[in-house]
Amino acid sequence: MAEREQKKKSAPARRVEEVEEVAPVASEQGEKIKAELDELLDEIDEVLEENAEDFVRSYVQKGGQ
Amino acid sequence: MAIPKVCGIETEYGIALRGSGDSNPIAASSVLINAYVSDLQRKVGWDFEDESPGNDARGFAREGSMPPEVETHLVNAVLTNGARYYVDHAHPEFSSPECADPLQCVRYDKAGERILARSMEAAAKLLPADQHIVVYKNNSDRKGNSYGCHENYLMDRQAPFPRIVHHVMPHFITRQIYTGAGKVGTETAQPGGKEVSFQLTQRADFFEEEVGLETTLKRPIINTRDEPHADAQKYRRLHVIVGDANLAEVSTFLKVGVTVIVLCMIEDDWFADKDFSFASPIQALRRISCDLELDEALPLANGRTATALDIQWEYLDLARKYAEERGLAGVGEEVGAEVLRRWEAVLSGLETDFMSLADQLDWVAKYRLINGYRERHDLSWSDAKLAAMDLQYHDVRPGRSLFAKLPMQRLVTEESVLEAITEPPTDTRAYFRGRCLQRWASSISAANWDSLVFDLGTDPLRRVPMMEPLRGTAAMVDSLLERCSEPAELLELLGS
Repeated sequence: MAEREQKKKSAPARRVEEVEEVAPVASEQGEKIKAELDELLDEIDEVLEENAEDFVRSYVQKGGQ
Repeated sequence: MAIPKVCGIETEYGIALRGSGDSNPIAASSVLINAYVSDLQRKVGWDFEDESPGNDARGFAREGSMPPEVETHLVNAVLTNGARYYVDHAHPEFSSPECADPLQCVRYDKAGERILARSMEAAAKLLPADQHIVVYKNNSDRKGNSYGCHENYLMDRQAPFPRIVHHVMPHFITRQIYTGAGKVGTETAQPGGKEVSFQLTQRADFFEEEVGLETTLKRPIINTRDEPHADAQKYRRLHVIVGDANLAEVSTFLKVGVTVIVLCMIEDDWFADKDFSFASPIQALRRISCDLELDEALPLANGRTATALDIQWEYLDLARKYAEERGLAGVGEEVGAEVLRRWEAVLSGLETDFMSLADQLDWVAKYRLINGYRERHDLSWSDAKLAAMDLQYHDVRPGRSLFAKLPMQRLVTEESVLEAITEPPTDTRAYFRGRCLQRWASSISAANWDSLVFDLGTDPLRRVPMMEPLRGTAAMVDSLLERCSEPAELLELLGS
């Protein structure tokens, strides 16, 4: 089973009605994440449905639970 | 003492016939499933004798008659892995075999995706070259039509139904923050005409009632269908219709795993007088789904307010104490410990930086991808390209699925998933069903969750009841099956 280092907290903390700022990602890490996403988007460009509007319009699913 | 939570997932897939002006989803679903099962030795039909979807868990019979949930003339097959694969309404549906724990549930849910992918390949051989069938594992056509992904959990009949409703409802409303499959936009009018660019779930738009028997309209958060498919004196089957179909294994694992723990706690009356009820459950369900900041505090019935995360932390706190004092036998100790560990890690991630969960949760993965594309091309959220990506995320074809391109965490190996396409789980009655089908399909005339019907060609049909979901396991029947070379011997030994 895939293991992943836990980021924070060994005991659950409470947060009641307060907005927490999204932690700023260190710039080096941020660049890496952005590069990964860019690569992913390049790859996905090649498989995306060509006529998005037709594709979305023609997808109709009736009679489901 | 909570009983072991045998569980399973049934998924209605979206289906499209491309390249044909006349797309009949029932016909396309039939072609799809027939193409797959034609490779099997012999198709085994489904036995409808014990189906009673009109019974209500609140203890009353529905007025008037309800049309049968499934159309008996449509394609209906039982697979050697113990699953049911059939046409339900206008969709192909895969119902996993009974699984003994949430990790097995993940494995068979994935095997279902692979079976659908193989079915598409098989159907392509039967259709004209310019036509092909495509299926999607999602829950909405983005035009106000939804189709379901239902979970099933075996429960002790002794647990009073109102207690189940009371304590599981806030869980179903708040678990969306990790079970959601994500959706661009909304399909229902928002209060004050508020714009929704992206929401956590596929399904929240479609729920209108708190408790009820319906599944196709006025959908309720708690579905009351009382059809145990097991000994009705001892068991109930909680039929959950409020979840999304997930592709991310961590999402599926937590959807089923946390719910299993919560249901064990309910059976053991662990919540006592704790009350997390929302003042307006339907409103809470929808607002949480549309709250990407995960910080909206909503009114509870007791006058307090709380966010979905607050409520989930409360459930986790109680679950930890429960695990320490009572253990997690109802979940499986090892798997249960893993559910707790992942549950906490995911809540922490959601609280600090949800993007850190992009390799674990469907809605985060989808959001990151679509929002990244939107920013790169400077598109508005209403652009059709983003809606198309939303649909294509769920495309089940490996070469076209956007999900398949993502570096998602796995909880089960692909090897074990491929094995689950044909092999039943070893630790529930699905084992007996699957093994009998592997060996004697031509002598089995019908199957249901709780019975197998043999036709030996000479005697009347012989029905083998399987009313106990945890009997018929490999440990219980392997030596029996090994002694039999013919089904007649098996029936003799079983005394059926």
